[in-house]
Amino acid sequence: MDKLLVSPAPHLHSKENTRRIMRDVIIALMPSVLVSVYFAGLSALLVVVVSVAGCVLVEHLIVRYLMRKKTTVHDLSAVVTGLILAVNLPVSSPWWMVLIGCIAAIGIAKMTFGGLGHNLFNPALVGRVFLLISFPVQMTNWSVNNSIFSSETWNLPKILLGAQGQLPDAVSGATPLGIIKEGLANGLTMETLSQQYDFSYWQMLFGHIDGSLGEASALAVLVGFAYLLFRKVIKPLIPVSILFTVAVFSAILWLLDPSMNADPLFHLLTGGLLLGAVFMATDYTTSPMSPPGMLIYGVGIGVMTMIIRVWGVYPEGVSFAILFMNALTPLLNKIKPIPYKKEVSRG
Amino acid sequence: MSKTFSIGGIHPDDCKFSRDCPIEDFPIPKRVYISMNQHLGMPAVPVVKKGDPVRVGQLIAEPAGFVSAPVHASVSGTVSDVTPYPDFLGKKVLTVVIDTDGDQWEEGIDRSPEIRHEITSSPEDVFKRISESGIVGLGGAAFPTHVKLTPPEGMKPEYLILNGAECEPYLTADYRLMLEHGQEILLGGELMRRTLGAGVNGIIGIEANKPRAIELMRELTSKSLQWKVVPLKKRYPQGGEKQLIDAVLGRRVASFALPVSTGAIVQNVSTAYAVYEAVQKNKPLISKVLTVSSSDSSIQKNYRFRVGTPIMDILSHAGAMEKDGGLSPQFAKVVNGGPMMGKPVSNLEGPVMKSTSGLLLFTEKETKRKEPGECIRCAKCFEACPMRLQPYLLYQLALAGRTEELEEHRVFDCIECGCCLYTCPAHLPLLDQIRLARNASLKNKRKK
Amino acid sequence: MTSTLLYTVLSLSILGGLLAVILFFVAQKFKVQEDPRIDQVVEALPGANCGGCGFAGCRAFAEFYVNNPEATDYLCPVGGNEVMLRVAQMLGRDAREQAPKVAVLRCNGSCEILPRLNKYDGSPSCTVAADLYGGQTGCSYGCLGMGDCVKACQFDALVMDPDTCLPVVLEDKCTSCGACVKACPRNIIELRPKGPKNRRIYVTCANKDKGAVTRKVCSVGCIGCQLCMKACPFEAITITDNLAYIDPAKCRLCRKCAPVCPAGCIAEINFPPKKQETGNE
Repeated sequence: MDKLLVSPAPHLHSKENTRRIMRDVIIALMPSVLVSVYFAGLSALLVVVVSVAGCVLVEHLIVRYLMRKKTTVHDLSAVVTGLILAVNLPVSSPWWMVLIGCIAAIGIAKMTFGGLGHNLFNPALVGRVFLLISFPVQMTNWSVNNSIFSSETWNLPKILLGAQGQLPDAVSGATPLGIIKEGLANGLTMETLSQQYDFSYWQMLFGHIDGSLGEASALAVLVGFAYLLFRKVIKPLIPVSILFTVAVFSAILWLLDPSMNADPLFHLLTGGLLLGAVFMATDYTTSPMSPPGMLIYGVGIGVMTMIIRVWGVYPEGVSFAILFMNALTPLLNKIKPIPYKKEVSRG
Repeated sequence: MSKTFSIGGIHPDDCKFSRDCPIEDFPIPKRVYISMNQHLGMPAVPVVKKGDPVRVGQLIAEPAGFVSAPVHASVSGTVSDVTPYPDFLGKKVLTVVIDTDGDQWEEGIDRSPEIRHEITSSPEDVFKRISESGIVGLGGAAFPTHVKLTPPEGMKPEYLILNGAECEPYLTADYRLMLEHGQEILLGGELMRRTLGAGVNGIIGIEANKPRAIELMRELTSKSLQWKVVPLKKRYPQGGEKQLIDAVLGRRVASFALPVSTGAIVQNVSTAYAVYEAVQKNKPLISKVLTVSSSDSSIQKNYRFRVGTPIMDILSHAGAMEKDGGLSPQFAKVVNGGPMMGKPVSNLEGPVMKSTSGLLLFTEKETKRKEPGECIRCAKCFEACPMRLQPYLLYQLALAGRTEELEEHRVFDCIECGCCLYTCPAHLPLLDQIRLARNASLKNKRKK
Repeated sequence: MTSTLLYTVLSLSILGGLLAVILFFVAQKFKVQEDPRIDQVVEALPGANCGGCGFAGCRAFAEFYVNNPEATDYLCPVGGNEVMLRVAQMLGRDAREQAPKVAVLRCNGSCEILPRLNKYDGSPSCTVAADLYGGQTGCSYGCLGMGDCVKACQFDALVMDPDTCLPVVLEDKCTSCGACVKACPRNIIELRPKGPKNRRIYVTCANKDKGAVTRKVCSVGCIGCQLCMKACPFEAITITDNLAYIDPAKCRLCRKCAPVCPAGCIAEINFPPKKQETGNE
């Protein structure tokens, strides 16, 4: 160095950076992705690859050719969005639909607002909801192959052609939440429903339930959660307050009328609640920054989720609940931290 | 159980490489540049002129008011100039330049190494000696000590806390001083305690990464009823006045209040040592201990230097300069003070000050700022802020120049500890802007 | 089906009507009486909201101007005399014509003349750097070169010259709003009258150090030698703190000062190239 560097204090910096945080989130999502690939085979992998590649590509194109700036994809945030979008989609999603989801997520929800750090809504969730409204049939076609050992599970040409739903040993089914919603609406009770369908909590925890990629295993999500906590990427307040609220809400309903309401454990383990609470509600940009704000945000998501699940049209409400509370985040960020008072506190 | 403060804070790497290097006396430089502005408040007024002979310890500048401090010659010789001279930051400050000639001391200064234990001075005399000896807060802020020992009307101090936290990484000057001059520090503390009146208890707060200092100080205070040692968990900025009071006493300084409103007065351990020397040895503040440190194991030292020594002299003695007078090419930045709050050095010919606690050398890799990205609203700065401010918000408000909102969000409470900039994963220059806004806001508040 | 449609239309109509009535009364209750001329004046002003007039935006200026009939000396720097004349006519009063101004830079220390002695690594802002230290060059008065003035200018009238590391004022775009003057922490931008035929003479230095100190760091810095002062037949040049200043009110653009300056730090703008024999007028 021939010239002295001069800058205001501090002269040291932690090793933390945006890319590293994003990498940690990617690592935390890996268990869910791996489990879904294990259960659903190549088609799950295809959804993940298309989603990630699509998000990165869309961001690169927009930044490079529309905004005419240096590309920002190396911060890995587009990869995270792609992964979260992927775990929110059914295994049988055709590739073109996933791509449309990417355009909605990155193009509409993220770059329109100015890119990383400026978006009001969680991009992956916007992509998912966009698809849910546009392609309700494909988005609720939870068909999965029965066996990982089946040759069809790994038949790439067939999967690419989108013929997967018609595969001979594919089982088409509804999510447990969907079954209950429909069943209850048709006048059945919980007891008859659980006799008809075998809701095994064990399976919900370890895997292989019908639903989107990330819903496959609650345990995989919890492993990711533990990793994020260990790396101090997220604080437990938001996920815990969401799960606690859902548990309390559903427990009250269940105690009032067990025949018409599912029990709290069922609500906690199904419908991507864990996935939403851990990976989507905790998105830095769209969640509040102060602990009181986080608490209100978490409770709000929990209540909204349950309202939609119990009384709404859709069987599943986590996405809508999170998007709804995203909209309130700027307001929750107005909560000022309390300064120390004039009185001397003694402790 | 170690204590610590309740909110925010960070854990930078310790890097106390020079902890086992004993204090060396730095050779007397050929020429010293003694700045008239080595303390907070009004700059001192020189009383010597060009050509005057001076001796070590002689008064060369008088304080310009109550919040000011006198300055003494740190070497003997002839005044070669009294002129504005660029300091280590390249800013011009009125400076007395002295060409050294031997080492003749003023009459009446006790230079013997024996420790004088018996305290004969009355509290009034002690206070007078402190203000006459030009003692300022040596933790870094350089606030005149006699002003700090004069609490405002109606505030009764209950505790005197000696700050041995030294929470800044790299620095070991206070630690070495505690190990080598523990008794003197305690005596200095005792002298200050007496000036504060009856019923004031003394506490020494030391971070847990200095177990030997804790042990030694405990041993020295074991027979005392008024003094005790409080070990503290390692955490930055524990040495901040407000944080230290919180850590030691569990009392929190209210927003925009003086720390003394909690009944505690904080003084650095080196200040206590300077007080001991001034009162018991009649020696004004002309020298101090500093740490020279870097990741290069050959450049790790603790020096006792004379005030006004050019930074270049110290660095070349420590082995960090090339023969042609340039800095070793491995280093890119020199910092005056700690890595978290110290000021950068832009002029190596500038002198060290009374409150200089370290000269740290960093390589480009260690210190160069990274390209700032976008705020991702991770709130890590908010978690790290020990004053419970919202740095991300203050930064944006400061950029937009929204003064009223900045005050609404208590920008004046910022202590410039640098935790926000340290943690920011997007490498945003948060503190750069907040510091400006804070200074403007403080000026504005004082006017009111 | 029909009934649903009917109910929807009916209920929405009633709701709309109800809200309209509420709005009407609220608007009546909270109506603010305002001089209608203020709106007219705002209309006539350029609407740049630059604050160059000394008020917080065009509306604030209009309010003040309308409510204070004796205010004649105010000028909208962006609109200039033309706009002020129109506004004054609108209000039926006189506007005193004022000389149009332009921003000039009182520093000529380009990166060639003032080599960078250290490398600034903080926020790219002159204000932050000035608050921290003496700057990248040896001169603690000169331009810091990070372009706070360029960022402050909302008329794109300032650009950084990458060759000299100094900002350049684009005369035809400068409205003399003064935003750059306020933004510069070194205070080296000055608003000077544009002068007849846009010709003007000024000192391109702000260094107040003694001559020897200045010369050591900068070859084009004013050393306070007083030669220009002596050369000026109109006593327009004064020297304070080792720095010459040309009073624009007294300067007659005779061009006697510039050739005598040993540092060459007196700038003559928009003059035709000097003839060889006599240089007067």
